[in-house]
Amino acid sequence: MKASPNPTGAAEANARRSILARLRASAATAPLLQPDVKAWFDSHQRHEDNAQRVSRLRAALEAVKTEVHDTTAADWPDLVLRLVTAKGLRNLLIGTNTPHGAALEARRPANLELKRYAESIDSWRDVLFDEVDASLTLDKSAIAETGSLILWPTPTEPRLMSLVPSVHFVLLDVASIHADFYSAMTAEGWKERLPTNALLICGPSKTADIQQTLAYGAHGPRELVVLLRHADAVYPGAAS
Amino acid sequence: MSQVIKIHPMEDFKERSRAVLNDPGQRKNFRGAMDFLQAKRRAQFPDQDELQGLRELGSQIRRYSLANLPRLLEQLEARLTANGIQVHWAQTPDEANAIALGIAQRVNAKSVIKGKSMVSEEVGFNHAMAAAGIEALESDMGEYIVQLAGEAPSHIIMPAIHKTKQEIARLFADEIPGVAYTEDVDALIRIGRKVLRRKFAEADIGLSGVNFCVAETGTLCLVENEGNGRMCTTVPKVHVAITGIEKVVDRLEHVPPLYSLLSRSATGQAVTTYFNLISGPRQPGEKDGPEEVHLILLDNGRTQAYADEELRETLKCIRCGACMNHCPVYARIGGHAYGTTYPGPIGAIISPHMLGLDATYPLAFASTLCGACVEVCPVKIPITDILVRLRNESQAKPESDEATLRGSGAGRTVTSTAVWNVWAQVYGRSGLYKLASWFMSRGRALSPSDQGAWTRSRTPLVPAPKRLRDLLKERKS
Repeated sequence: MKASPNPTGAAEANARRSILARLRASAATAPLLQPDVKAWFDSHQRHEDNAQRVSRLRAALEAVKTEVHDTTAADWPDLVLRLVTAKGLRNLLIGTNTPHGAALEARRPANLELKRYAESIDSWRDVLFDEVDASLTLDKSAIAETGSLILWPTPTEPRLMSLVPSVHFVLLDVASIHADFYSAMTAEGWKERLPTNALLICGPSKTADIQQTLAYGAHGPRELVVLLRHADAVYPGAAS
Repeated sequence: MSQVIKIHPMEDFKERSRAVLNDPGQRKNFRGAMDFLQAKRRAQFPDQDELQGLRELGSQIRRYSLANLPRLLEQLEARLTANGIQVHWAQTPDEANAIALGIAQRVNAKSVIKGKSMVSEEVGFNHAMAAAGIEALESDMGEYIVQLAGEAPSHIIMPAIHKTKQEIARLFADEIPGVAYTEDVDALIRIGRKVLRRKFAEADIGLSGVNFCVAETGTLCLVENEGNGRMCTTVPKVHVAITGIEKVVDRLEHVPPLYSLLSRSATGQAVTTYFNLISGPRQPGEKDGPEEVHLILLDNGRTQAYADEELRETLKCIRCGACMNHCPVYARIGGHAYGTTYPGPIGAIISPHMLGLDATYPLAFASTLCGACVEVCPVKIPITDILVRLRNESQAKPESDEATLRGSGAGRTVTSTAVWNVWAQVYGRSGLYKLASWFMSRGRALSPSDQGAWTRSRTPLVPAPKRLRDLLKERKS
């Protein structure tokens, strides 16, 4: 959409000037030091190993009705296909040109249609809303403290993949689990390179707006399925 | 669908409060909801040291943000603009609505789908859109329910907290075509989901609030559980966010402590289902997301609170609602009685800046000053001190140095001023006090049985037969 002249432009410029002038005219307080967020998180570190992080992440996710499965780099596609069959899903939305999408396509599943998010949403919005049963995306990393999955949608795996389909499968490499939100954003250098949209997700969508009764499947996915992908070498025969 | 709301808060405050107090059903709804939310919050903070440390950090972050507010707003604007997000400034609700309407008319919008936004309630957004022939539909389940009922939210986090599932079942059956009566909550949510999915797909504009604006990165952060916030900010071609000027923080690293405090204090969750960071519209090559993102920054009286160091603390609020969940007054009269967009303790201290103290000062008196709100506030706002300050402001002499707010002195009457003048004289001079108290105790039989508001629900005040000084004298002798 091309921007056209702004009808409220003059009023907005005046509002901006007035608001900033009023704030600047207000009583100046003594300069404050930057709050020391790092010190807080440093002093609350658990000094745990990765296995402990995995188990904390898992517990936090399972507490909000998330299915969590252990698997390996070799076995995960078969696990997905088994779960898809068990859930009676007709199709699965995958990204374009992703290694994990290719791994699923290579299996040539018989009773499952693999759909690709190949076009702009504008050309197939109704199909996505009405016909796609499930999706699979790769998780960027995760947060053990709260069981949050970190997703940075990309042109190959766009934003709506983790929102519109009723069942969302997330593939997570266990080596990428951070202790807490602060550690995740600092270790990954978020402030230098945030994408247009970044997400923390913990569980399927939910609401307690009717008489404080918890109900899952509000507007986003009804089911969230997390596949914890362990390296084959350290996690032999994990697929279950 | 009827659209709310023109607010005349104080005209019927006492009447509305009395009506709820005499309604056992509503009393039960609120009591039950408050007990539930208090227990959930308590369970999230098992470690008192951690809680107090985190509150102190949260308070420091908010205070630091406010101390640097003009600079941070300019930085935020520059970063958002560089990211492709258009920034608008509004001093009043009318200006905010005009900006939103300007955007809507430019893109020929017929409908707006809304995520939860208390600021949009504050400015009467739905009403302004309806007046221009544009449908504004709430998509948060609680907000959807109250909109369908033609009501306003009664709680800032749980808008339909005053309604039972039976009432909602009846509402859905009556108002949504083809829906049969059911009290099954999962079924009711499925009904709402089905109706609103279509609306997400079809709406021209998505409107949302903002929980935190990050100046350093030019990022809008949204906290939610339902996924409707993500729908509103991702599916329509245009996303308009609206928020108060106080919501900015300096650095991205300031967000994790505030997010933790917010979700644990508000609904007793370790985290919400979604934390959504928006740093730009759809880029070339991206296949979804809005093509335009706008942010409307609203003043609406916030600069008045900002001007005073004590009242500025009000603006630290992160809108968790814990103060109302723990307030003995809110628990008994509910959110609608207040008549303001923001009810409860935070409503009593923020509303005077938005609507004028003349329109809102009785709210400052609707408090026992028990301090439960101060104890639970995640950013340590001294709510009771501010309530006392507002009480004093309401009695201030207009045009004097003590009257610093719009509507200061509105509670001052000739009678009360005269009474307090006499009181000050008597209590300031021991001879006069001695004489007055002698007459009071000896003339106690003359005490009126009707003492106005006091005796409406209490026994009359009668002076003691003997003064303290009489009793002490007897003891000595």
